Parts: sequence; structure tokens; C-alpha cells
Amino acid sequence: MSSRPELQAPPEIFYDDTEARKYTSSSRIAEIQTKLSERALELLALPDDGVPRLLLDIGCGSGLSGETITENGHQWIGLDISHSMLNVALEKEVEGDLLLGDMGQGLGLRPGVIDGAISISAVQWLCNADKSSHEPRLRLKCLARGARAVLQVYPENLAQRELILSYAMRAGFAGGVVVDFPHSTKSRKEYLVLTCGPPSLSTAIPNGKGEDGESCSDDESSGEEENRTVCISDRHRPRKKQKINKRGKGREWVLRKKEQMRRKGNVVPPDTKYTARKRKARF
Amino acid sequence: MRLLTHNMLSSNIKGVTNGFPLRIEVEKVVEKQVEINHDFLMNIFPKIDWKAFFDASRVMGYVELPEEAPEPSVLESDLEFLRKFHHALLELHLEEGALVCPETGRKFPVNKGIPNMLLHEDEV
Repeated sequence: MSSRPELQAPPEIFYDDTEARKYTSSSRIAEIQTKLSERALELLALPDDGVPRLLLDIGCGSGLSGETITENGHQWIGLDISHSMLNVALEKEVEGDLLLGDMGQGLGLRPGVIDGAISISAVQWLCNADKSSHEPRLRLKCLARGARAVLQVYPENLAQRELILSYAMRAGFAGGVVVDFPHSTKSRKEYLVLTCGPPSLSTAIPNGKGEDGESCSDDESSGEEENRTVCISDRHRPRKKQKINKRGKGREWVLRKKEQMRRKGNVVPPDTKYTARKRKARF
Repeated sequence: MRLLTHNMLSSNIKGVTNGFPLRIEVEKVVEKQVEINHDFLMNIFPKIDWKAFFDASRVMGYVELPEEAPEPSVLESDLEFLRKFHHALLELHLEEGALVCPETGRKFPVNKGIPNMLLHEDEV
């Protein structure tokens, strides 16, 4: 994989017109961003009363995530540092208002007016501060009491993730990290979920997707799929030593493998009586 | 930029104690029709700083808003007011112009509806 974009140039330079266009016209990126945005909106846990809210999209870029917010019926204000990306958003005629600004300079909004904030793949740019004149801080005073901020991040390493989290805690936010599919390098996604105000039952973080086992935090997202747990990295799981069955791979092996794939988050056909059935010799 | 956003924006230049509201300098206003949503309007109404909103709407050329903020109960009954509120909040766009910090006089230009809120090195 090529070098991370944050290491190549600051965002307002990296996302020039060519890059902005590339980013937006890539259907793969669009699909990923849409999925991330929908998950982030889910984690915002806005009340399910059909009342449109006012949300903030930090690092809105070309408006991919903003469009998801609009589709979910909410109003939004988007902030981005790249002129080119915002121009693409204008071309797409997004519903939200756009601001050209630096998230590390303060969001420039009155306190307590925003019902929720999301950020998709943007906050990690703050960790590579190029402007030596200031220490970038993401100030979220504009969040109303009880409102949440969900920041989907691609931390470069464990240290960066710890850094982001520690800044948030020091600033007085309650919350934590939700990790979806923690064991798959491809599908793994991290969301920093922060709530304004003191921790309470309503600020309990939902569970991440994709891992069997017990959960220890309150599950406020009722009626969701089974098998969800919160899980931070688990790279040091002891490997089981398997006895190699020289007589080939039986049904048990196949079932085990399928379960493994399911846990990773892949789409696997269901197990039926036909699974690993002996095929005709012609196969 | 709609007046909804303007009502939330504040100048965060270093040293400024009260950067709200930003004064509007109009060069071009555009009207865009948006479907009215009563729930949204009733939800956002308590958060709006009415004086700033009223002044801003006047500058943008809309004179239909009352100077005094009505009681929230009015929103549920007075459809005419709701329509005016909706129009001023969501349908008036500042396309070209500037936003001015009330304390320092620093201008944030607005182009194609996007305000440039980037601060210079010495303002952070």
C-alpha cells in the first residue's frame, strides 16, 4: 500500500484539484465513505423521533459523508481545509452549508448549538501538524449537552490512537473507541465516540461489530444483530497448535474455516446439510 | 451560506472575547427553495439568537421577520410566521460578500457561498 496521505503533504496541498477529483470519482472510495458515514450516524445515537437535527461534518471534503447525512433527513454544516474538495462539493450541490476552515484552529461555532458531529477519515490529519505556530486541538464546545461526536479515524499506529483518545479525555469528554471487525486488517474500522457532559447511562458506548464473546458495556442499541462486542486490539491471541489431518480436509475443517471467515466480517454462505458434502468425481 | 449557519458562526481570532455575531456585507444574495419541515424549525428555534438573526435577515434584504422573537407556542399555531422563519433561515443564501468580526473588523470573505474562515498565523 502506498504511503499514507498524511505523510506526504498537509491536507490543503494534498487535496488539490486532481486529487479531489480522483477521490470523488472513485466509486470504491465513495462506497467506503458512505458505509463509514452511515455507521457514524448510527453511533451518534440520535433520538429516533423523526426530527431533523443540525449536525457538523468535520473534514467534510467533497461532501460524500454530508450526502449521507442529508439522506438521513438532517441538516448539516461542513468544514474542510481544502478548497478543491469543497469545490467538488459545490458541483455536487450538497444540501449542507460549507465552511473553508482548519479544524485545528477552532471550529468557530457558538457553544451548545450542534446536535452531533461526525468526522470521516479526517481527524488523523491533525496528528501531523505542519503549522508549527500552534498545537492543533479539536475543540468541540459547539456540541449541545448530551450530544455526541463520532470521529472515524485511521490512526497510524497505537501511539497515535492513544494520543487522540487522551486529548479527548483531558478535554473532559466521556466516551471511548468502538472498533468494528477488530481482527481483520482489511475490514477493521475505528470510531472515537465522545459525549459532552458527565458519563451516564445514556453515554455508554455501543458495541463494535464482528466478534464473538461477552460484552461488558451497556447495550443501548437494542434489537441489533447478535454477537457484538467491544474489543480494542487483540493481536497477541495465542495461536492454537493444530494436529494436521493427513487424510484431507473434512467437514469439520470446512465449518471451522467458514466460521473464521464470518468472524472476519466476510459474506459466507450459510451452513447446510450440503456443506462439505462429497461431490461427484467429475468435480 | 444560509442564515442558519451564520447564526452559529463566531469569530475565534485570538484575543476576541465575543466574536458573535459576525456582521454581514452583502454582494450577492440568492434564493433557493427548500421544502419546509416543521419539526426541524421547532427544534432549532430555541437555539437561534433572534437579534442576530433579525439583523442578518434585514441586511440580506428580507424585512418580513418580527423584531421580537415570538413565544415558542406561536410556532405551533402561526403557519404564516413559520413560513417566514423557514424562508429567512434556510432559503436565503449569501453567495458573495464577507463576514466581519465585530471586535477586530477582520473580514472573512464569502465566495460561491463558502465563507473562508481560515485564520492567519498571528490570529490563532
